[in-house]
Amino acid sequence: MSDTDRSAHPYAGFLKANLREYGMLISLVAIMAFFQIMTDGTLLQPLNLTNLVLQNSYIVIMALGMLLVIVAGHIDLSVGSVVGFIGALAAVLMVQFEWHFVPATLVCLLAGALIGAAQGWFVAFFRIPSFIVTLAGMLVFKGLSLALLQGQSVGPFPPTFQLLSSGFIPDWLGGEALRTTSLLAGILVAFALIAAKLRERANQTRHGMEAEPYPFFVAKNLVFVAIIVAFSWKLASYKGLPNVLIIMTLLMLFYDFVTTRTTIGRRIYALGGNEKAARLSGVKTQWLSFATFVNMGVLAAVAGLVFAARLNTATPKAGTGFELDVIAACFIGGASASGGVGKVLGAVIGAFVMGVMNNGMSILGIGIDYQQVIKGLVLLAAVFVDVYNKRKN
Amino acid sequence: MRGITKRFHGVTALSDVNLAVRAGEIHAVVGENGAGKSTLMKVLSGVYPHGEYEGAIHFEGSERHFGGIHDSERSGIIIIHQELALVPLLSIAENIFLGNEPTRFGVIDWFAAYAKTQALLRKVGLNERPSTLITDIGVGKQQLVEIAKALSKEVKLLILDEPTASLNETDSDALLALLLELKAQGIACILISHKLNEIAKVADTITVIRDGSTVRSFDCRAGAISEDQVIQAMVGREMADRYPKRTPDIGDTVFEIRDWRVHHPEHADRLVIRGVNLHARRGEIVGIAGLMGAGRTELAMSVFGRSYGRRISGEVRLHGRAADVSTIEKAIAAGIAYVTEDRKGYGLVLDDDIQHNITLANLAGVSSGTVIDDGREFKVASEYRQKLRIRCASVFQPVVNLSGGNQQKVVLAKWLFANPEVLILDEPTRGIDVGAKFEIYTLMAELAAAGKCVVMISSEMPELLGMCDRIYVMNEGRFVGEFAGAEASQEKIMRSIVTAGAV
Repeated sequence: MSDTDRSAHPYAGFLKANLREYGMLISLVAIMAFFQIMTDGTLLQPLNLTNLVLQNSYIVIMALGMLLVIVAGHIDLSVGSVVGFIGALAAVLMVQFEWHFVPATLVCLLAGALIGAAQGWFVAFFRIPSFIVTLAGMLVFKGLSLALLQGQSVGPFPPTFQLLSSGFIPDWLGGEALRTTSLLAGILVAFALIAAKLRERANQTRHGMEAEPYPFFVAKNLVFVAIIVAFSWKLASYKGLPNVLIIMTLLMLFYDFVTTRTTIGRRIYALGGNEKAARLSGVKTQWLSFATFVNMGVLAAVAGLVFAARLNTATPKAGTGFELDVIAACFIGGASASGGVGKVLGAVIGAFVMGVMNNGMSILGIGIDYQQVIKGLVLLAAVFVDVYNKRKN
Repeated sequence: MRGITKRFHGVTALSDVNLAVRAGEIHAVVGENGAGKSTLMKVLSGVYPHGEYEGAIHFEGSERHFGGIHDSERSGIIIIHQELALVPLLSIAENIFLGNEPTRFGVIDWFAAYAKTQALLRKVGLNERPSTLITDIGVGKQQLVEIAKALSKEVKLLILDEPTASLNETDSDALLALLLELKAQGIACILISHKLNEIAKVADTITVIRDGSTVRSFDCRAGAISEDQVIQAMVGREMADRYPKRTPDIGDTVFEIRDWRVHHPEHADRLVIRGVNLHARRGEIVGIAGLMGAGRTELAMSVFGRSYGRRISGEVRLHGRAADVSTIEKAIAAGIAYVTEDRKGYGLVLDDDIQHNITLANLAGVSSGTVIDDGREFKVASEYRQKLRIRCASVFQPVVNLSGGNQQKVVLAKWLFANPEVLILDEPTRGIDVGAKFEIYTLMAELAAAGKCVVMISSEMPELLGMCDRIYVMNEGRFVGEFAGAEASQEKIMRSIVTAGAV
């Protein structure tokens, strides 16, 4: 872009450069608006909104780990099977052996880490393509969950464990029609966000960095705040904020921080962008690849627990096909299949794009057959737009 | 080509360029990187189809409107790019006839293909079987395969984009000889190159391009043209000195390699580095000369955290004490930096921005604990941008869009920020223009003046002679000569290589 372009339209250049980020958000809002209208307002009803969160939580949680794996230049096809396997393990421990949910959960998370480590070991240290290793893992863990459950469904889980997915944060402040605590929590988060963004901006300007134009900054953050407040108000008028939403949000903030602000995050991007250059710059590329898989295993275990708690039973078929939704979420969210590119918030938005479409199309009564067709086309379109924009530049 | 103008999104890359190539001549096109040579060749070869540029292309008497590479190839204009377009796991014959296979009833006639390949290989003087895989032959031979491929298509005008950039001297000479032979057969050739000595050997005409327009054309048949004349036309200013003046202030020995031996990573019993001893002193610029494949890069990389080879033995000493360089991290911590010869493959994360590339080797320098301080990082990157005069819109620009010289400066900035004591530069000026070269030489001189050790590996002897206080000569994995900078000469270096090979 030449300088004349920039001065003629002061914001055009900035908008163009950041189209991707705003574009994602705008498309999510557009998709939500579309289904809101098509479903005569059902989509954003408090009950449905709560369901939307519960239904997508495990996809979002895994998308966080998958994003790191994809940014590092790998892929993990086994996560769906791992979800099923961990659910089965949890059921065996809690239902058949009647363990307390705390040790059972810890064992499940450890199992997830071990699974990730086993696969990451082959990928990172033996340089076997992750596609093959995790394809094998997909079969192995699907088989193992069948074996663990002996082909049966096992349940129900103890009520305390079910709260993981079906519970809501307690309402200390009372309020029957409106869960005030939940609403207040949402408003607090919104303020915290504004404070954080203002600080970041101040820091940027202090060092003479080119920050985004002020009107954009204000508009963007107002929209964020409005969404968060409206969202928590909606949820508050049903049962309040679901526990799993809290877990999801915390994980999201954590991984956003790790990827954007820490050295380990930076090194993962470098590894995915050019492994040889990263290695020659002193990055421990093998260990880092390994770590992304261990991390993915743990998050798949978390998702497995959330999913099992939600179904309140472990079935041999649990988790089938989840890997596809998770991977699709990352790519819709702008991750590059060749590694080095992708954002946590993008993956989360991508997961919600898929989720809203699933939910909206179900409400509209579109059959599972055409739902899949439409989802596939949306994935292709999202990546196409990405590649097209990149080429034009 | 007459009055060629080409714009990209409003930026003029070529303006009113004229280029006239006579039948059967070798026409050199020279210019700094980014001057527009490659763009011009892309216009000529139809990569940018007719209509995307202004001006006219005349070939063999009539105006041509090429719609794509296929059109230009059919007319006999064939371009060989700097990055060779051969499929490594296919054979020579398969590559030569790729997309152009001789067929009988729609089935590839391999007998014909092999026979023709054999004839073509003889023509280019390549002694390999047509069934040999491309990966199994060296870059020099691959270059010849590319030319054989062009010949198979009845080439009339051959365009070579920096054909000798990655060739050693023997291969380069063979290639140039082949060009002269082709010329005798009436094939015209456009040669894009930075190596003025090679151009002087073969070119009939030299056209200089600067900032997107033709500056001057020299006719070499009338008499030899001096390099300085050409360089002056390229940079648009008198280049009083191609190397910065410096008064070396050399102190104690800082860096030492003792009896260094390295085996090949795949063939474990092949010794690649055969007992090398090297020392470098404070404030000294030490050169390593040698032909391609002499083992210079392998030596540097094996020292730098054992990033090459296995069964490595020997000792690296810093300030008289043995240093642990068993991993890259430890080597960096010990104060060694290695600036790779392959900046795109090993030096840069191309899609990432300048700032992130500069801090990658020393993230600890811009972070507290594991958290990166964005402000500090920006400040560091901006400082190096200014200090090294990296030309860019901002430090947030992806490095992939920078010119070769500016990319090299980013790699250098990365290693300067890691604050090493010993800086090993591997072909630091390869493929970058004269102006940027001078800036990099100046930087090396400054580093030496600041008390660092600089080890420079280069295949360009003039720059070794111009910059180094001491030059080692390497051949087949060992040092075969050592000269003080003042007494070294190209002849002496070559002689020590040649005589070492004879023993």
